[in-house]
Amino acid sequence: MNFALRFAWRDTRASRRRLALYSLSVVLGIAALVAIGSFSANVRAAIDAEAKGLLGADLDVTSPAPLGAPLLGYLQGLGGDLAREQTFSSMMTFPAVHRLRLVQVHAVEGAFPFYGTFETEPAGGMALLRAPGPVVILEPTLLAQFGVKEGDPVKLGKTVFTVVGAVKRIPGESPGVAMMAPRAYIRMDSLPGTGLAAGQALARYRAMVRLPAAHPADAVVTELKARFPLVRLNFDTVAERKRNLGQAIEHLDGFLSLVGFVALVLGGIGVASALHAYIRQKVATVAILRCLGASARQGFTVYLLQGLGIGVAGALAGGLLGVGVQLLLPAVFRGVLPIAIEFFISWPALLRGMGAGVVICLLFSVLPLLAVRRVPPLAALRSAVAEEGPAGPDPWRLAIGAGIAAAVAGFAIWQTGAVSVGLGFAGMLMLGFAVLSGLGLAVAWAARRFIPRGLPYVVRQGLANLHRPNNRTVLLLVSLGLGTFLVLTLFLVRTTLLREISGADSLGRPNLLFFDIQDDQIAGVQAAAAGAGSPVTESAPIVTMKISALRGRTVEEILHAKDNRVEDWAIRREYRSTFRGTLTDTEKVVQGVFTPRAATGTAPVPISVEESLAHDMQLHLGDEVDWDVQGLPVKTTVGSIRTVEWRRLEPNFFVVFPEGVLEAAPKTYLVALHAATPADSARVQQAVVEAYPNVTAIDLALVVETLDGIFSKVAFAIEFMALFTVATGLVVLAGAILTGRHQRIRETVLLRTLGASRRQLALIQLVEYAVLGTQGAVVGALLAVAGNALLARFVFHVAAATPPLQVGLAVVIVAFLAVATGFVAGRGVVDHPPLEILRQES
Amino acid sequence: MLRVNRLTKTYATAAGPLTVLHESTFELAAGDSVAIIGPSGSGKTTLLGLCAGLDRATGGTVEIDGARIDSLDEDGRARVRNATVGFVFQNFQLIPTLTALENVLVPLELRGVGGAEPQARALLERVGLGARAGHYPVQLSGGEQQRVALARAFINSPKLLFCDEPTGNLDGDTSDAMVELIFGLNRERRTTLVLVTHNPELAGRCQRVLRLKNGSILSDVRNPAAS
Repeated sequence: MNFALRFAWRDTRASRRRLALYSLSVVLGIAALVAIGSFSANVRAAIDAEAKGLLGADLDVTSPAPLGAPLLGYLQGLGGDLAREQTFSSMMTFPAVHRLRLVQVHAVEGAFPFYGTFETEPAGGMALLRAPGPVVILEPTLLAQFGVKEGDPVKLGKTVFTVVGAVKRIPGESPGVAMMAPRAYIRMDSLPGTGLAAGQALARYRAMVRLPAAHPADAVVTELKARFPLVRLNFDTVAERKRNLGQAIEHLDGFLSLVGFVALVLGGIGVASALHAYIRQKVATVAILRCLGASARQGFTVYLLQGLGIGVAGALAGGLLGVGVQLLLPAVFRGVLPIAIEFFISWPALLRGMGAGVVICLLFSVLPLLAVRRVPPLAALRSAVAEEGPAGPDPWRLAIGAGIAAAVAGFAIWQTGAVSVGLGFAGMLMLGFAVLSGLGLAVAWAARRFIPRGLPYVVRQGLANLHRPNNRTVLLLVSLGLGTFLVLTLFLVRTTLLREISGADSLGRPNLLFFDIQDDQIAGVQAAAAGAGSPVTESAPIVTMKISALRGRTVEEILHAKDNRVEDWAIRREYRSTFRGTLTDTEKVVQGVFTPRAATGTAPVPISVEESLAHDMQLHLGDEVDWDVQGLPVKTTVGSIRTVEWRRLEPNFFVVFPEGVLEAAPKTYLVALHAATPADSARVQQAVVEAYPNVTAIDLALVVETLDGIFSKVAFAIEFMALFTVATGLVVLAGAILTGRHQRIRETVLLRTLGASRRQLALIQLVEYAVLGTQGAVVGALLAVAGNALLARFVFHVAAATPPLQVGLAVVIVAFLAVATGFVAGRGVVDHPPLEILRQES
Repeated sequence: MLRVNRLTKTYATAAGPLTVLHESTFELAAGDSVAIIGPSGSGKTTLLGLCAGLDRATGGTVEIDGARIDSLDEDGRARVRNATVGFVFQNFQLIPTLTALENVLVPLELRGVGGAEPQARALLERVGLGARAGHYPVQLSGGEQQRVALARAFINSPKLLFCDEPTGNLDGDTSDAMVELIFGLNRERRTTLVLVTHNPELAGRCQRVLRLKNGSILSDVRNPAAS
């Protein structure tokens, strides 16, 4: 061992820079793992430290219906503190700029939050709301978007509010919530004056409770469920919030670690490839050692130690870089995480990332190093002996290959915590490598067979480099292809989803919805919309109702039944159903027959149920459903089951009644229309909401913008990690070129000696790198297009968007990066006079 | 010291088995020197490689200092080489990343012997390279590299020294100096010398000359002129 260690160190004298470059291949992968692991530890620590501040209370009870005096009375009777909140969407008018915006109104009452701080600008939190008159605290994005500042008026319903500050952070809410609709906090006592206190379709009622020690949150939840079985309540406790957030962080950590791990595996392949070339140059040294009496084990140990050194050096540099990247991550995740993160280095995460790096690096190093065991001493006498290679298959090679597969699968299982997911990831990764490697081999084969003789010499020479001995075609296709594939797939999926949603504009589909329209307002709204130049195209009455019995059993019986397989949410929710005589073009009947009209007195009434609801309620054709339509019982039977394209911004419903049944019931309306331009959209919103302040609008452009914002935030985090793979690909490429440089240098010198100009030599390089770079990029792009198509079809069930310009641009960028890296790494070869290089290489 | 009996080496080729060495038999006593000569492709290097345990024979036996090496595995033969054998190659075969001194030390370091630096320096002095101990092979001329190789060959006090065309890559004067060193050290240390060469003058300095042709020993001649 002593000899091996000493010799391994001495033997690196001439190649330390090269070995350092090899180790660079794994640095980025290790850095990614360390950064994510350590940052996750920061987040977990923050969750622990701010556990109660995560919720702001001990218990949080929400319901889509008002909580009612008995429930609030029970909570008050517990002897703690109670705060209430009513949340709903509404249109806010900004008089100074004559603009409207959908906001999430939070009408609050009480001393919430009980834990943590409601941070506002200026400071003050809830105290700001105690200012006289109607006042509002707004989302900073609203202030920026409409140029509103403290003291300015905004209008909500019939009331003009004065802006008193901006929300910075409030316990219990993720900043992500604000992306859906900006928040506006008002006092509960200013709500009645707005005219928006009741009748909001999407209202949530919330009670926040600080519990005395005698009443633990879980016991209160159990008691509430027992006392109010028919009220649809959602509970959130500190423990629950902590668990959910912890799980979410774990999933994100697991997913991003896997993205980083791809970079590490790619780096491992880079190390293996570089060491393969390195070992070929070391055959003579090994043969001499064998002649001088070194055993096969001693020779192998020497180079294994060098492989280990590469891993350890990579791990140290990766660990350091990882900690640096960790400092950047709070900025990357800004707006996604609900808590403030304090930076510290997580030593377990650091060691885990570095350990994974060393193990992967070592496993990949062993593959090429196995050849050292089989270098015969006779190779010192006859170099041709080394070229003949060992006889027969090497069982160790198979064992190491299996070890790598097991390590990759093991890491994936460890990160995801699920055997099937881990194995799936490892399988997909290996399949990806196999496909790219296979393509690389095919390209090399094609280059050997099909280079036209008529091409100029420099082009033929450049193309021939693709298949000549020690070519880097496979490695390059794998590294560049994988990087391109990952990043481009993320981009294409995002484009596909956004295009699917925003596609409405181009097809003249509805892109503006108004809801909460009262029965007596529908004619007026239609007239106002038509007057503003964008007439209503679709209108749907909405009748709220609840299920009272299913197949002859009451809801209570079903909920208490031991064999209950009906989903709770489906049976307890308040339904907003419609009635009409036709199907819309977003619907398709898959079972039974749609009944357009029921004759007066028909019982039971044949209704149409949406497919997923039918599944969750275990409903089949002919099943009886009894409804409580605002106090009036209605007996129905499932007449048809239909699919609904929920993604379309059109009035869609779970349950559709035939005409002739619900016309007399109290109802509101939902209307849809197509506004040709953003100006038309603004005009019609202004006209309707000014006339009917209780009416709420949803603008498709705003939805797309919101979704784009969410995609952007999540995608940025993923793309940030995926960039490590691309960068690793470039490092591997640079390493491969530098390795190749040693092998090609003599040939370049020979060409120089025979009269080749610098321009010719540069052109040969350009052709080689351009072809390799383009192929890597094209193959990666093709895989990304295929991946996006598969995801679009089987996961998102939409048509895949493949913008040719962007895909082409990605190919050009990656190819350019490959050529640029090639030139940087290969520089110097053509700049030197032949004699100088011959001396250096001799 | 070296006993070779019916040594045969056959390679499998696409055209069928190819025998490059056919039942060669000879013996060398301690301190003997033998030159193996013959035309290119006659099997000289194959015979040397088999005698030194660098390769495995298809048939026959090789004994070094009374121990059969043909039945040993590769690591066993490596131990024998390290303990008993020294090599000088035509193309020097120094390890390019080690200094002259470090190259000389390798056989002892492989064995785990420490503190041998004075011994290595003395050997370098003996071959006239005391001042070049810290130089790398690339900084030495061909003759100097071969002298380092000779010092390395003697560092483990070998009982057998194998030289494969030791002057093949050297010019006349350097070659003569090298020959003097080989035979001088051989005498001083009572080493048995096996030398493959094309050079009749060099062969003439050995006590015996084995002539090979087509893989067989044509003649085994004693040279009374050699001491």
